[in-house]
Amino acid sequence: MIKSLLIANRGEIACRIIRTARRLGVRTVAVYSDADRKALHVREADEAVHIGPSAARESYLVGEKIIAAARETGAEAIHPGYGFLSENADFAQAVIDAGLIWVGPKPSSIRAMGLKDAAKKLMDAAGVPTTPGYLGEDQSPERLQAEADAIGYPVLIKAVAGGGGKGMRRVNASAEFADLLQSCKREAASSFGDDRVLIEKYILRPRHIEVQVFGDSHGNVVHLFERDCSLQRRHQKVIEEAPAPGMDEATRAAVCEAAVKAAKAVDYVGAGTIEFIADASEGLRPDRIWFMEMNTRLQVEHPVTEEITGQDLVEWQLRVASGEPLPKRQDELSINGWAMEARLYAEDPAHEFLPSTGWLDHFELGRGIRIDTGVEEGDRISPYYDPMIAKLIASGGSREEAIDRLVDVLEGVEVWPVKTNAAFLARAAADPDFRAGEVDTSFIPSRIDSLVPSSEPSEGVWNLAANALLASDFGNGDALDPWAGLQGFRANAAADLRISLRHGGETRTIVVGGDEELEGVATTHGDNVLVFTDGQAFAFTLPGSGGGAAGGAAGDGSLISPMPGRVIAVDARQGDRVTKGQKLVTLEAMKMEHSLVAPFDGVVAELNAAEGAQVTEGTLLARIEKGEG
Amino acid sequence: MTQIVSKYDEGAETSRRYSAHNRGLVEELRAKVAEAVLGGPEKHRERHVSRGKLLPRDRVTRLLDPGSPFLEIGQLAANGMYGDEAPGAGMIAGIGRVSGREVMIVANDPTVKGGAYFPMTVKKHLRAQEIAIENRLHCVYLVDSGGANLPHQAEVFPDKEHFGRIFYNQANMSALGIAQIACVMGSCTAGGAYVPAMSDETVIVRNQGTIFLGGPPLVKAATGEVISAEDLGGGDLHARKSGVVDHLAENDEHALSIVRDIVARLNSVKAVDLDLAEPVPPKLDPEELYGIIPDDVRTPYDVREVIGRIVDASEFHEFKALYGTTLVCGFARIWGMPVATIANNGILFSESALKGAHFIELACQRRTPLLFLQNISGFMVGGKYEAGGIAKDGAKLVTAVATAQVPKITVLIGGSFGAGNYGMSGRAYSPRFLFTWPNSRISVMGGEQAASVLATVHKDAESWTPEEADAFKAPIRQRYEDEGNPYYATARMWDDGIIDPAQTRDVLGLAFAATLNAPIAERAQFGLFRM
Repeated sequence: MIKSLLIANRGEIACRIIRTARRLGVRTVAVYSDADRKALHVREADEAVHIGPSAARESYLVGEKIIAAARETGAEAIHPGYGFLSENADFAQAVIDAGLIWVGPKPSSIRAMGLKDAAKKLMDAAGVPTTPGYLGEDQSPERLQAEADAIGYPVLIKAVAGGGGKGMRRVNASAEFADLLQSCKREAASSFGDDRVLIEKYILRPRHIEVQVFGDSHGNVVHLFERDCSLQRRHQKVIEEAPAPGMDEATRAAVCEAAVKAAKAVDYVGAGTIEFIADASEGLRPDRIWFMEMNTRLQVEHPVTEEITGQDLVEWQLRVASGEPLPKRQDELSINGWAMEARLYAEDPAHEFLPSTGWLDHFELGRGIRIDTGVEEGDRISPYYDPMIAKLIASGGSREEAIDRLVDVLEGVEVWPVKTNAAFLARAAADPDFRAGEVDTSFIPSRIDSLVPSSEPSEGVWNLAANALLASDFGNGDALDPWAGLQGFRANAAADLRISLRHGGETRTIVVGGDEELEGVATTHGDNVLVFTDGQAFAFTLPGSGGGAAGGAAGDGSLISPMPGRVIAVDARQGDRVTKGQKLVTLEAMKMEHSLVAPFDGVVAELNAAEGAQVTEGTLLARIEKGEG
Repeated sequence: MTQIVSKYDEGAETSRRYSAHNRGLVEELRAKVAEAVLGGPEKHRERHVSRGKLLPRDRVTRLLDPGSPFLEIGQLAANGMYGDEAPGAGMIAGIGRVSGREVMIVANDPTVKGGAYFPMTVKKHLRAQEIAIENRLHCVYLVDSGGANLPHQAEVFPDKEHFGRIFYNQANMSALGIAQIACVMGSCTAGGAYVPAMSDETVIVRNQGTIFLGGPPLVKAATGEVISAEDLGGGDLHARKSGVVDHLAENDEHALSIVRDIVARLNSVKAVDLDLAEPVPPKLDPEELYGIIPDDVRTPYDVREVIGRIVDASEFHEFKALYGTTLVCGFARIWGMPVATIANNGILFSESALKGAHFIELACQRRTPLLFLQNISGFMVGGKYEAGGIAKDGAKLVTAVATAQVPKITVLIGGSFGAGNYGMSGRAYSPRFLFTWPNSRISVMGGEQAASVLATVHKDAESWTPEEADAFKAPIRQRYEDEGNPYYATARMWDDGIIDPAQTRDVLGLAFAATLNAPIAERAQFGLFRM
């Protein structure tokens, strides 16, 4: 067994790896950028090495620095986690060349699976079913019709040069094919100057099913059953589970066998995941599930597999990397119960899931389930990395039990002032269709509006906040003191229990003291009263605190950076006339672009943004003045 | 600890009659207070609000911690005076919690004659400051006043206890470490300009608050300079140039929030070193006081029925129950705080006075706050009693009351006549607070006695028919009745307010808790007791 391990990653996965390493008596070395100087993974590791500035491309993505850190600390092995350099074959090779142990597959396996088309061909050759389709030189209508008939309807005809939805036709039956092909080719020719098309199987109810595989250096490969990751928002997985709902033994056997075959085809060592796409229009069937790609690393969602199999996959990785055989044979592995994982992101569902950064002044994720996180209360979410802050993993004897636990914990999430998707996740998990196992990749987009909660507090939340304010005494309460006990006392009049408070730009006066049952948790934090309910956080203050009445910057034409980030484009100059909605400054933060647009027609009176500049949250980037230029 | 046993029978004819009578008095009190707290005339209030300003009472509420009690003083000051044009004397004053601290708040009411100072306004302001000094309460002045009321200048300006004393007090309180915080939310003219200028830390509302020694009309008359109020003494000027204010606020709410932040950082601690207990409500219902208090101040009743409805769990550790029985003394708790209670239960004799003096010594020895429940027609008169030295025994009680260093609070629960007022810690004996019940009467002697005395000493008295004598006495009785009335008294601030008897325990709880902001003297230092 290796004695020491450098973890070339950060956040929850670094902490996750440290946990197992510590249990196995393996010394851990963390690496960190400027932004992560005080991060949890640095605090938890036995040793930590600074590897550069905050931007990942100058730290976590610089292989030489990581290898140097391993040398410097005498680490024997490097675990890449997921993301960053985990699927970089050159880095894997460099690690090996440096005489270190690479906790991962051979560089050749990474390369083989890294090129998607080549991987598909490889799988075809290995007898692993791939999505049926035709991309051939022969573009004769007869040949295309024959291929479509062979694939089975519906199919999709796509312009080879296409994009943006143009040059695409769905064909439901053989009889329609010829006409639609003709119109598609016509459109392709006029739009792209290239009328070549390809044909793909049109998947009616696509589901994302993946199989966990593991290989060792002794030629053994096992699978650890499947996961379902169909709940996605813009290709970002949201809730994953294992096993997959509606999976029968025959289909499971087929897909798991295919996965093992795929892994063996690339001589796979370590943890890997074979992703499949399934057509679930008539349930999961062995003949309607096809290879998509292989992820040659430990997946984010590996904990659900751990939960149902009772295995520690990081331990497996470390043992395999140490040259040991797989800890279990296939016949020793079985599914026990059900597990769900929800990915808690620092993002604001009410504002198009924009990343939310800042300090975790209040961070309480609840108890009773497995929580993998890389942050603690008081930590800071920086704009530099992935906004995922925790994985909430609920398991149970049945799917229903796992869902109930997950929903419970999600509804109890208390995070402030960083915004999270907890309420969104809770609503998704509590959805009746999700409970019924009716999942496919359209689940979230088709009901996004009902899954995104209103960011305006309900009447009940206002009441809760007012009651909390009344009881709080801002930390100066003393049960023995009549000044705390005689709430609202007025001589010769009824008690004055009107509480004025503010949320956002709104001030309300609430009369407290009613008997209504109020759901949620309220607490005070500095001058704020926080109400946590169903995974959402609402902050209230006394009117007037932190500045004047409602309004502030809004409406005065100030463009203020909503988060720290880098200015990547400035599309206006001082003195320019601009129209309402015109994009003026583009900010990049947390791997996302955010445009700041003119709030009304006017003139750019002030411009403080320069391309490439790093700006902090609340920076005045530009100011628009109404009127003629 | 012994619980007071009540003999109250709510079904008795007198109980029902008293109850109806006293409930009527409380209704009248609440109605008067409800009207007074509105402030100035409706159109003045509307105009005030239409300018985006908070009404003074809303300012106070917004300043307070959410749900804080507000122990108002002088609610009905100037009631019935100045043509009834100055409800509350144009000022709100009282104690409330701000950022966890009990502070004295003094807020001008600009809807009442522009917040100008009537003589009673000055008195109310000074009384608020006196309470602040004695109890070490930080002061917040919500300033919005045109200054002295010019027609009354002779009663406002020149004397020791007049306008100038406000600033004298501010300087001396500041010297004592009692914070002086001014929030200028409107005019602050002439002498009024010194309220912020003399304060430790000041806030002003932009485009609303103004501070100047002479306003634009006076400046124009004096020097010919034409200048706007805002340029002459507005927020920007004082925050940026003159340095008269320290914080510039956008509006009332913002200004009050800044004041809250200032108070939060005063770095003072209320150190209570009394033996506190968990507060327990009285076992006897305070509402029953309505049926206990007689409808005639001369009707005797057992004051223990009152004590049992004010103190925690109705428990009372009575001292010398068998001696000097017309004065009831004993230890109890109010809202968990130890309180030494002295209550009249009849006329004062030598024994009662000696007992009272002894008990006050005990309270001071034990650093226990004193509560006086005053219902006294006076000391016993007559040859036997004079010869027995009632004057020197009464003097012992008065000496003890006058020099006791523990916090004293007095409630006039009935009559307050003659020297009994002194022996029972009347206004002149500087109780920290003095409240009255709506049934109370206060005068040097009862109206009937006064009329009789005056009739007896009249040169023509010998020749009067009974009708003539009555015609002479009736206006005297009426005058005593009018001037002894609690509303007459409270309008002149002979007390800190009339309170609903059923709220007595809560008012006392807040008041005693407020007194604990000042340390209690370690050792009693009494004057000489004539033996």
